[in-house]
Order: sequence, then C-alpha cells, then structure tokens
Amino acid sequence: MSKRTLEFELATPGVDAQGRPIRVPLGAAATAAPELAGEHMLINLGPQHPATHGVLRLVVELDGETVVRVIPHVGYLHSGFEKLGEYRHYNQIIPLTDRTDYLAPMSNNVGVALAAERLMGIEVTPRCKVLRVIACEMSRVISHLVWLGTTSIDLGAFTPFLWAFQQRERVYNLQEMWTGARLTTSLTRVGGLMADIPAGFADGLREFTRTFPDTLNEIDGVLTRNAVWAGRTQGVGVMSAADAINHSLSGPMLRASSVPYDVRKDKPYLDYETYEFDVPVGEHGDVYDRYLVRLEECRQSTRILAQAIDRLPDGPINVADPRVILPPKSRAMTDMEAMIYHFKQVMEGVKAPVGEAYVGIENPKGELGNYFVSDGTAKPVRWRIRPPAFINLSALPTLAEGHLLSDLIAINASVDIVMGEVDR
Amino acid sequence: MNPSVEALRAAFGSAIGRATVARDGETIVVVAAPHARDVLRWLRDTPGHAYAYLVDITAVEYRDRERPIEVVYFLRSLERRTDLRVKIELAPQDELAVDSVVSLWAGANWLEREVFDMFGVTFREHPDLRRILMWETYAEGNPLRKEFPLRGRFSRAEQVRQALAANPEAHYSLDELSIADAYHELPPDMRERLRKGERGKIPHSE
Repeated sequence: MSKRTLEFELATPGVDAQGRPIRVPLGAAATAAPELAGEHMLINLGPQHPATHGVLRLVVELDGETVVRVIPHVGYLHSGFEKLGEYRHYNQIIPLTDRTDYLAPMSNNVGVALAAERLMGIEVTPRCKVLRVIACEMSRVISHLVWLGTTSIDLGAFTPFLWAFQQRERVYNLQEMWTGARLTTSLTRVGGLMADIPAGFADGLREFTRTFPDTLNEIDGVLTRNAVWAGRTQGVGVMSAADAINHSLSGPMLRASSVPYDVRKDKPYLDYETYEFDVPVGEHGDVYDRYLVRLEECRQSTRILAQAIDRLPDGPINVADPRVILPPKSRAMTDMEAMIYHFKQVMEGVKAPVGEAYVGIENPKGELGNYFVSDGTAKPVRWRIRPPAFINLSALPTLAEGHLLSDLIAINASVDIVMGEVDR
Repeated sequence: MNPSVEALRAAFGSAIGRATVARDGETIVVVAAPHARDVLRWLRDTPGHAYAYLVDITAVEYRDRERPIEVVYFLRSLERRTDLRVKIELAPQDELAVDSVVSLWAGANWLEREVFDMFGVTFREHPDLRRILMWETYAEGNPLRKEFPLRGRFSRAEQVRQALAANPEAHYSLDELSIADAYHELPPDMRERLRKGERGKIPHSE
C-alpha cells in the first residue's frame, strides 16, 4: 500500500448520508500501512503556539496522524504567587489574584476575599453579597465568551469569535466603569468591596442582560447544528462520569461528563441558593457537550445578573468594623481614633485568628479554592489556590490519547485553560 | 464533627490521630503516615462515606520550624455533599515521604508532583514524579519551604549565568527523546551532558 492510499483513508469526509458525522476509526494509520506502524514521530507544540492558549508546551508522540502520547509541560508562567502571599497582608494578596485566572479577575478577587472572611469570621453586608454575585457572573460571561471565540477559531469558524468578542467588550466596559481596570480589577477587600457601582452601571447591565441572549442565539444558530462543528467535536475527547470524578475535574468539564455538581448549588456561598438558575449537565462528556454546557451557562449567568440587579438592596458595601475596613480618608485626617485605625491597618494589617479555612467557589474554569492557614499574624502561613485549570489540564493526556493530531487541538481548547492560573 | 471520624477510629484504631473542626466548619483528621493510603482508600470505597472526589492535595509548613510539615488531602463525597480534610504530619528532620495516591485518584498525579516540586515531599510509587512548575534542572531547592528566601537562593547574576548556560536539549526528557530515536541524532557532546544528567549546583554548597 502506497503512502497516497494512506492519506486518502485518513481524510475526514464529513457527514454520511444520514447527516451524522463520520470519523476515521482510531488506529487507522497502524492498520492501513503496516510498513509505517511503529515509526513514531516527536512533535513539539508550544510554548509559543496560538492553539495552546498561552505558554503551554505539549510534546506529542505521533503514530502517523494518531496521537500516541501527550506530555504537557507547564510552568513557563510560574510567578510564585503562593510564596508571595506568605509575605503579604490579606488585602495585599487580592492584586495577586487578578493575575491568576486573568480572564475572570473579579471572580478570583471574590474567592480570596471569601476565604479570608471565613477565616476571620466576617459576614459581609447584603449589598456587598449581591454586588459580588454580579462580579462573579460577569466574569463567567466574559471567560466563556473568550472560550467560545478562541475555540471556534481553533476549529476554523471565525464569525463566532467576532460576535463573542463584541459582547465581551460590553462587559469589559461595565467592568472598567466599576473598577477602573480591564484586567487588574482588585475589586474586593476583606469585609467588603473597593468601590460601589457607579451611576449608570445598573442601567448598562440591564441593557446587556436584555440584548446579550440575541448574540447567544446567533452563535447557537451557526455552531450547534453545523455539520463541520459537530463533526469536529462530537465523540472527541470523551470522558465518562466515573473517569471525570477520578481525574478531579471540576466546572463545565465535570458537568459535561454528566456529573451534576455545581458549587453554587451544592455548597452555596453569597446566597446563591436564593437565585433561580439551572445547572446545565452534558450527556456524553465530549467536546461538543462542553460547548453546549458553556453556552447554556452564559444564558444562566445572564438570568442571575438580571435577578441580582433587580434585587440590589441599598446600604453600605463594607462591614462596620474599623479593624478590617479603612476609615474614610476625610475622617482619618481629622479624627484621632480613625487615624489610629488607619495606621494600624496599613502598617500591621488585619490579624487573622489561628486556624485555617478553605472556600471553594464556582469559577468559570471550575472550582477555585482558596485555602488560608494562619498562625495569628496578619500574613498567612500558607495560601493555596486550588487551580481548576491546572487540575482539568492534567486529564489532557488521557483525553487526547488515540485521537488525531487535529483533534488534540479541539480537546485542548475544550479544557479551557488559562496559563496564569495553571502556573500561578 | 464529621461522623466519618468515629467510623475511622473504629476501623483503624491508633492510626487515627486527633480530629478538629477548622474555622470553616470542616473536620480535619490527622492520620499516621504509614496508614494514610489505606485510610484514604477506605474513605473512598466504604459505602456511607464514599469520598470519591479528591478536591486537592497540598502541603503546609509553619513558620515555627519545630512543627511538623503537613500534607493535606481535601476529600469530598459528591453523593452526600460532604467534605473531609485528612492530614499527614511529617517531622521536618525525618525523610519527607508518603505513599502516592495516584492509584486511587488519577487527579492526584499533578497535585503530588506539585507538592514534590514545591516542598520536596517524595510520593512513593508515583508513576512519574518529576518537577512540574519549576524546570527539571532547577537547582535552588523547593520554593515553598520556609527556609527558601523569597528571591531565590542564587544571586541574580548566578541565575542569569545559569540561564545563559542552560542546555536547550535539557527541555526534553530522555524519555521524550527516545520517541523517534531523536537521542541518537543529537551531537555527541549534547548526548554526554544528557547522560550525566547535568544540572546546576547551589554555589558554595559543597
């Protein structure tokens, strides 16, 4: 058998007469051309490669076009955040979290503030809780839109990318209005927020929740029943429910494999149990189901945003405790007591009691855990981020084994990694 | 207090140490290192406990150098929506080694590699115990240990010197180079360096 025949057999013709996508059987290369079997090729993908979504490096062993083994190399963006956290006050850790999952910075800010508050036993105000829910859901929308856009580009669809990024820009404008930054938001403080929402924000967000579903429907229309999209994603990178649990997957990756676990529902924080929303769960655990889950999560996040902005109560955003919240600058300049509190907080930080606390929140990528161990000083002994993208990525070698090289790109995209968080 | 602790005491007796409730309301139970894997397997497989989901593995070293280094396992039962935290205490002067749980949870693979990389805790029977966030030839030690200075062990000049002198081929493991017989196509001096497993040295350490 000549090489030409092998190429012919490997070409993916698309859909069959019934409209179902046809896939080349796995291991086709080995059976089609025995003279080529066993000659494995070493391919290096990354760390500078557009389809690896950051500085991820994959060393791939190929048998023809079939992936025999994937060896991921991570750490190119390692910044030692956890080590830095041990030398900083709790509030000084918050800017570090902007840079972990940099596609959803506000959500990371909320996660670390919640963990510090759990450790110190602080209960935030009702208005702060609702604003934090808004921050988390805005982050989910922008993170999923980046995922949708980049994944569709990886698989050759350019239009959804433009639509997704247009909508993402609208959320970024709101985020910039609120926090003054597009990426380094540093929105939360232990016991409250850096700032209340400005005038016009609520109307902007209402307008977004009203019109955003139209774009989702458009994306749905061009991708969900598209033969090329279905052919590239259905049955690719399948993981069963038992395997997903065994690999500690979380977030949309876990739910696409039909495990209905969502931290917002099952271990509620920020009163998520009082919001009405559904948790989409996949059926087959393939790339297509991950796409469907994330698309639906965008819709559900929009629902939560609409409810949150309607119920937003009046009141303070910070707890009334001068030991954790800085007094207003005007008072610190005129009032002796306020000045002392200001001095103590800036110079000594907020002391946490001895003990430890772990808080997991449902980040766009999965369960983001923040684990603080304190020895009674103002700086944690240990700050651990449970990085959902890192743990989800560790399943990539299992997911990609036996697929074609082009499917590896689809599978890697479906994991939704962000290297800032993988490497920390 | 999580009821699984009483059941653990009944099943394992003295291998189960003290149990406390953390400030977030979860139960922490300390387990003797030699029995840790059996305890974790029991917790995963016993009906009524069924901690089938491993949330995280990490380690904690305290500023007080006398205190043991802790390896922490965050377990979760997805059916019962319950969490449990299992800790192993390792005396800092002894060998830092515990049994790997990759045979129980595939997700433990990278998490254990990270603890090995950052704290120098060895996981026995781990299928692929290599550094993960730092590069394989990193010679300054384990960054999250308290004796490790914030800016690293080497001077900036030494770090630059090592980076400039690094072997490009060291970015592939020998295992990877064995694919496609790439190893034999390397120039002899590169092969020699790889064979010797050359890596940096801590200045004035010997």
